Amino acid sequence: MPEKGWPVGFLDRLFKREPPSKEIAKERLQLVLVHDRQPLSPKLLQTIKDDIIVVISKHVDIDRENTKIKLTRGRGRQKLIADIPIRSPRRRR
Amino acid sequence: MTARVITITSGKGGVGKTTGVANLGVSLALEGKRVVVLDADIGLRNLDVVMGLENRIVYDIVDVVEGNCRLQQALIRDKRVPQLYLLPAAQTRDKTAVSPDQMVDLCQELRHDRDIVLIDSPAGIEQGFRNAIAGADETVIITTPDVAAVRDADRIIGLIEAAEKGTPKLIVNRIKPKMVRRGDMLSTEDVIEILAIELLGVIPEDEKIIVSTNKGVPVTLDGQSRSGLAFRNIAKRILGEDVPFMIIDQEPSLLDRAMRLVGRR
Ligand SMILES: Nc1ncnc2c1ncn2[C@@H]1O[C@H](COP(=O)(O)OP(=O)(O)OP(=O)(O)O)[C@@H](O)[C@H]1O
Ligand SMILES: [Mg+2]
Repeated sequence: MPEKGWPVGFLDRLFKREPPSKEIAKERLQLVLVHDRQPLSPKLLQTIKDDIIVVISKHVDIDRENTKIKLTRGRGRQKLIADIPIRSPRRRR
Repeated sequence: MTARVITITSGKGGVGKTTGVANLGVSLALEGKRVVVLDADIGLRNLDVVMGLENRIVYDIVDVVEGNCRLQQALIRDKRVPQLYLLPAAQTRDKTAVSPDQMVDLCQELRHDRDIVLIDSPAGIEQGFRNAIAGADETVIITTPDVAAVRDADRIIGLIEAAEKGTPKLIVNRIKPKMVRRGDMLSTEDVIEILAIELLGVIPEDEKIIVSTNKGVPVTLDGQSRSGLAFRNIAKRILGEDVPFMIIDQEPSLLDRAMRLVGRR
């Protein structure tokens, strides 16, 4: 994209012309694939997150507001990464 | 010795799977390999007509699986090349006539005393596709350089990986060099960048493919052609030879881009 595209982008802007149609195709494809490659919907991710919070909270006091769960993208095996901050005991009342 | 089973699939229909299997089958046989091409597109059989063997069919894949005949009886020998056989699909049945487990067993049986088994997959992500990859050791994705085909190819790559069949290799078909130079067609490089899999080869758009298909003579057996050469090269790469890629499509140069802006191209 940008690394190869700059002369086109620059000249196209200069001459006020549409970029070559394949650049448009590539950009559209890249966007649609980000979506397609996502195996879990945001709603399902939220459900998983809620469940994880319930389970972990049984054993340790966690910071629910700042708990995050995300899916790493790309080829090959996808991963769920959970970031669950533990409340430090001294901040407890 | 036992054969490698390689499935050619695509997601989107009409991108060149059957043409690819016919010509790679011929090319691999011309390399001296013992080859079987298997039409897994049950209900919509095509490989027989593309290869020009349609008049010799007696039994088909469903007959073999159901035990109506022995495997050897259903295999049709292509007399134009040494050691090339076709196992035709059934035309009057549907994809559910064969199960993935039966395909695995069939592939096991086909492996004996052969070098390569090439499977022509139906389009789609349904049972026909599942059957076609069930017995495969390796898979090849074929796509044309357009948004719909590339998107579907990406989906299929995901499904193949999820089925633990490894990562497929890529063939880009129907490249039109002039359109790529004009910036009006995705280049092979663009497709590789998007799909992030290894390239096996590139086939140019070639009218000779249509002419040869009309005659039932795969283009690799029909005189000299760019596409025929491209298929021969892919066959060599499948066999592990390090054949340089034909440069058929080039990214637009700065000059091309400038010319386009001035409206000369
Ligand atoms: N490189 C090419 N140049 C010109 N025509 C081509 C090329 N490759 C394929 N074709 C033509 O495109 C059409 C579809 O090809 P083919 O039947 O091989 O696709 P397919 O993927 O097997 O289709 P299906 O999904 O229906 O099984 C045929 O008419 C074929 O001759
Ligand atoms: Mg086909």
